[in-house]
Formats: sequence, structure tokens, C-alpha cells
Amino acid sequence: MTRMMRHRLLWPSVCLVALIVLNTIARPQFISITLRDGELYGPLIDSLRQGAPLMLVALGMTVVIATRGIDLSVGAVMAVSGAVTLTIISGSGQPGSLGTVAFAITAGLVVAFGLGIWNGFLVAVLRIQPIIATLVLMLAGRGVALLITGGFIATVVSPPFKYLASGYLLGLPVAFIIAAAAVVLVAVVERRTALGVLTEAVGINPEASRLAGVRARGITFSAYVLSATLAGVAGLIYSSNIMAADANAAGYLIELYAILAVVLGGTSLMGGKFSIAGTVIGVLIIQTLNSTILFLGVPSAESPVFFAAVVILVVLIQAPRLHQLVRGQLDRQRSRTRDRRGDPEVVA
Amino acid sequence: MTTVVTADNRRTSSAQQVRTFVSRHASVMPTLAAVAVFVLLLVGAQAYFGNFLTPRNMSALLLDNAYLLILAVGMTFVILTAGIDLSVGSVMALTGILCAKLLADGLPAAVVVPATILVGSLIGALIGLLVQYFDVQPFIASLAGLFLARGLAFVVSLDSIRVEATSVLSLQTTRFRFGTGWYITPTGIMALLVVAIGALVLLYTRFGRTVYAVGGSEQSARLMGLNAARTKILVYVISGTCAGLAGLVLTAYSGAGYPRNGIGTELDVIAAVVIGGTLLSGGTGYVLGSMIGVFVYGTIKTVISFLGAEQSWTRIIVGLLLLLFIVIQRFIVFRSERPR
Repeated sequence: MTRMMRHRLLWPSVCLVALIVLNTIARPQFISITLRDGELYGPLIDSLRQGAPLMLVALGMTVVIATRGIDLSVGAVMAVSGAVTLTIISGSGQPGSLGTVAFAITAGLVVAFGLGIWNGFLVAVLRIQPIIATLVLMLAGRGVALLITGGFIATVVSPPFKYLASGYLLGLPVAFIIAAAAVVLVAVVERRTALGVLTEAVGINPEASRLAGVRARGITFSAYVLSATLAGVAGLIYSSNIMAADANAAGYLIELYAILAVVLGGTSLMGGKFSIAGTVIGVLIIQTLNSTILFLGVPSAESPVFFAAVVILVVLIQAPRLHQLVRGQLDRQRSRTRDRRGDPEVVA
Repeated sequence: MTTVVTADNRRTSSAQQVRTFVSRHASVMPTLAAVAVFVLLLVGAQAYFGNFLTPRNMSALLLDNAYLLILAVGMTFVILTAGIDLSVGSVMALTGILCAKLLADGLPAAVVVPATILVGSLIGALIGLLVQYFDVQPFIASLAGLFLARGLAFVVSLDSIRVEATSVLSLQTTRFRFGTGWYITPTGIMALLVVAIGALVLLYTRFGRTVYAVGGSEQSARLMGLNAARTKILVYVISGTCAGLAGLVLTAYSGAGYPRNGIGTELDVIAAVVIGGTLLSGGTGYVLGSMIGVFVYGTIKTVISFLGAEQSWTRIIVGLLLLLFIVIQRFIVFRSERPR
């Protein structure tokens, strides 16, 4: 029982379950899932589909944060990969053909991969602080995306590309399957090989791990490449969802939500121990919170207030100082009741 | 023969002198580099356009970036303690829209202005308390501040509100002219005052020196008996107050409050501060350097609008410049660490 109480995924899971229960009480149709033409529909499925980009970005962010880094450029990378892909599709003769779409998607992903190499080079080779190294691309990336699209929103009609976000495979949304596959893949590579442990070693003490023979530079480098590539995939799903390359709105604030998801999942920003399951729970909390806020009829523009409250609440729950305070308070209470109970015996 | 040797000697000794100077004043070097870039930009633009270095243009450089300047001063304090404040753009939007809303409701400016600035200070204090007493990383604590302020801005109003109060508008419309074509508005004076106060406080007060000490090594500062906790909270309060003031200045500048103002401004401010020579690892930097950083940013924006190119180039060039400067800083820090 105490081991369960101490488990670091306990509080995030409790938050998530509480949110879902609250939603279900407020509107029972929240957890209803209907099967239509072999495809699943329902608010939960919807939120899984819409949460796919955040899931992908947060997944990469988890690995980057585990190396004691941070990647602010993911939103910009999303915008660039979406812009590249859609510009190629709309510029080609047949936007509907499978070959064009495959080529455009590959191009978008290659560009995202390249941006990851750029970030990794700055952080791992030039040893620039991650927050500032990725800030460079965060600032410049959106500018590049705007230049690629020519400043206006490029809209395309391309059924194969639309399938990425709106299609269904085996009854589940394709976007969700992509995100889930990425989670499983990264989890298997990190946890079923030594890579995860090595990543944590680099995050806990880069210098010590280097002296112990861990190739810290390569591990840090690959974390940024992974993060940017996943952000590239997220950018494709995002642009496929709206079928337009919007250089300003694509991935707007997603880096902050992704970092929030990682922190909610119990991974410390100081690097080291990380939990992919925690990140998944973090993303689900954010998605559920989003739909809760929508359901409450709060204008979506005002939703940041709720997120601020949640962030503050969660960091306070995790703060060691508050634990101390509460524990001290409990101890005092306990000793006081013991005294009171003890009194009559003394008299007797 | 002998003369050649002495000339050679002198050359090596002067090279030596330069090297000694650089290593002794390593902390000023990034700021000097920023000044050099600023001068180069101005000279280059003047040579290319011919009519760039006009009093009118230079006055506009200050006035168009007055809010950025005020934000940069507050951010410098925070970054000097090795922290970061992501909330400034949103707090600026919140105080701006709050100011416009309260004025539209008919409250007198004498009440509204202090109240809006106080809101900025309060959000700063909240972030400072989270950072200091609950061990929340500055990044996350100020992120909460960002969300909170942005959301509250939309709670105040979803649309922009025009400002009719002449007392606030006059901050921007009053023009003190001097010389040939130079002019300055009260907002510009406020920005320069904030810079002056910031620079003096950092250089000559006990609090200012403590800021540097905490940024250099918090533990050493605490062991020396300096009040690190109070200092760390105060820098966020200062940054929040500056953001509140910036909101007022921006509202006066644009004549309206708008809840979507200042999205991404925190990044521009951080970029300007870093370009100005403040190290993100804390302990090294100057308010005057941040001012140069803001001017470099503003000049790039002006040059791009002169060229008639797309404004998206601003971000790209600022990004590249930021990269250049962090590489320079990296190099300098690396060199000053090596002898030890």
C-alpha cells in the first residue's frame, strides 16, 4: 500500500481519473463510444484523435528533458514541416495522387529531421544551453515557414493527405494509431534496451556519465533529432486536420503544453529519471481538461486561466516544502490527540 | 637588426595586452560586441539607404521600442539571477487591456495607472514565491504566470478596447521637440528612466550587487549572509512591475488595449537581453547592454521595413544574430574558464 502511495504515477493517474469521473457525472455521454460502420466515435475517441500532435511532441520532449535539456522549437518545426509538405502538394500537378503525397510527406519529415540535427549540433557539439539553442530555431522557424508559404494560408484538396488526420484504420483514427505506434516504439527502444538508462545517466550527471564511458554527446544529439522528427509528424497531422498550412497557428504554444504534459507526468525538468507512461497520462489530462473547459462553456480564449490553476496546483502538490508542512501539521495533530487521549488514563 | 627585434617585441606585447584586456574584462566583451553590431548596422544602413541616420528615424527607434526596453530591463534582473520570466508578454497584454477597460468604465487615470502596474507586480510576486518557497523551476512558474495573465486578459475583454482618456493618450501624443527634428514622448522618457534606474540599482545598491552574487553562485551568496531568498523574489516582482508599466506604455502607444498583444514578446525580450550580453547562466550582464540589444532588434525591424521585405525576415535575422551572440559568449566563457 505504501509502495503504491509512493509511486510517482499515482497523483497524475488520480487527477486523470477524477477528471474523467467528473465529466461523466456532468454529462454521461462523455464516455459513450459508438460503433458506426466499423469505426469508433465518441468524445473520448475525438479527444484521442485531436491529442495526437501533442502526444507526439510531448513524447520527444520527454526524452529531451531526460537529458536535462528542453526543446522550445517543436512548434516552429511543426509549422515548417506542414508548410513544406502542403506547398509541395499544392504546387504539384495532381494533389490527389498517392505518389505526390508520399513524396511531400517524406520531404516534410526530412526537413524536420534536418532541423533536429541543427538543434542537436548546437546543444551537443557547441554545448550551448538547450533553452537558448532551441530558442534560435523557435524564433527563426516560424519566419522560415512564413517564407515557404509566402505569408498566406495555403489550402489544398488531397484525399490521401486528409486520411492522415481524419481517416480510420481498424476502427480507430489514423492519427491516434500513429501517435500510439510512436509511443510504443520509443518506449520499447528506451526501456527494452540500455538506451533509457544511459539517457537518464546523461541527464543526472553528463560529466560523470561521460567519464563512465557513456557516449553522452551522441545520446543528447539523438534526443533532439527524435524530438524534431516527432514534431515533424505532428505538423503533418495538424496540417492534414485543417488541410492548410498556417505558419502562425500551427503548433502555437504546443511547446509549453508539451512541457506541461511531461511535468504533469512526474518527469523533473532537472533531467534524469523519466516516465513515458507519465507523459501519456499528462497528455490525456491536458486533453480531458481541454474538453472539460469547452463543455463548461468557457470561451476557449479564457482557458489558459484553468491551465494556470492546474499548473500551480500540480507543482504545489509535488513541492517538497508543502509535503513537509503537511507532514508537520499531521504529526502535531496526531500528538495532540494522543495527549488528549492520554489525559484520563493519567487521572485514573 | 635591433630595431626589427624591438618592433617585433612591441607587436607581441601589444597583442599580449589585447589578450590580457580581453580576459580581464571578459564579462564586458559580449556587450561590446553588441555595441559593435549596433554601430555596424547603423553605418551599413546609412551607407545603403542614405537617409537612415535621421533624427526622426532615431527618435522613432526609441519610441517604437519603448515597451520592449522596459520589459528588457526587468528581464535583465531575472536572468542575472539565472532565472527566466516567460510571463512578461502576457502580463503586458493583461495590464494593457485592464488599463483600457478601467478607463472605459470611467475610472480616473490617477487610480487606473497605479492599479494596473500593481497587477503586474502581483503576478511577479506570485512567480517569485513559487520559485523561492516551493522550489518550482522558474521556467514552469513563469509559464503558469503566462497562462494566468493571458487567460485573465481574455476574461477582461475578448476584443480590443479603445482608450479615450486624454491623460493616458497624452503619454504618447505629447512631443517634446529639440534640436533639428529630434523628439521624445513621455513614454520614451519613461523607458529611459527605467533603464537609468535599473542600471543604477544594479551597480550601486546592496540589492543590485546581491542580484549579481546570487546569479554567480546562490549557495555562496547565502553563505556570505546575503538575503538570497528576498532577492530572488524581488527580481520577479521587478520584472512583473516592468511588464505592468510596459502594458501601460503599449496601450498609450497603440491607443487601445488588446488581449492578443505581446504573444511571443517574451522571446523577443529574452533574445534582446542575450544579444545585449547577459549570460543566461546568470551573474554576468548589464542593463545598458540589454538596451543596446533592444536597439539592435529595433534597427533590424526598421531596416527590413525600409527594404520593403517581408517582416518574417525579422524573426529569422534576429534568430541568426542570437545564434551568433551565443556562440561568441560560449567562446568567451570557454576561454575565461580554461586557465583555472
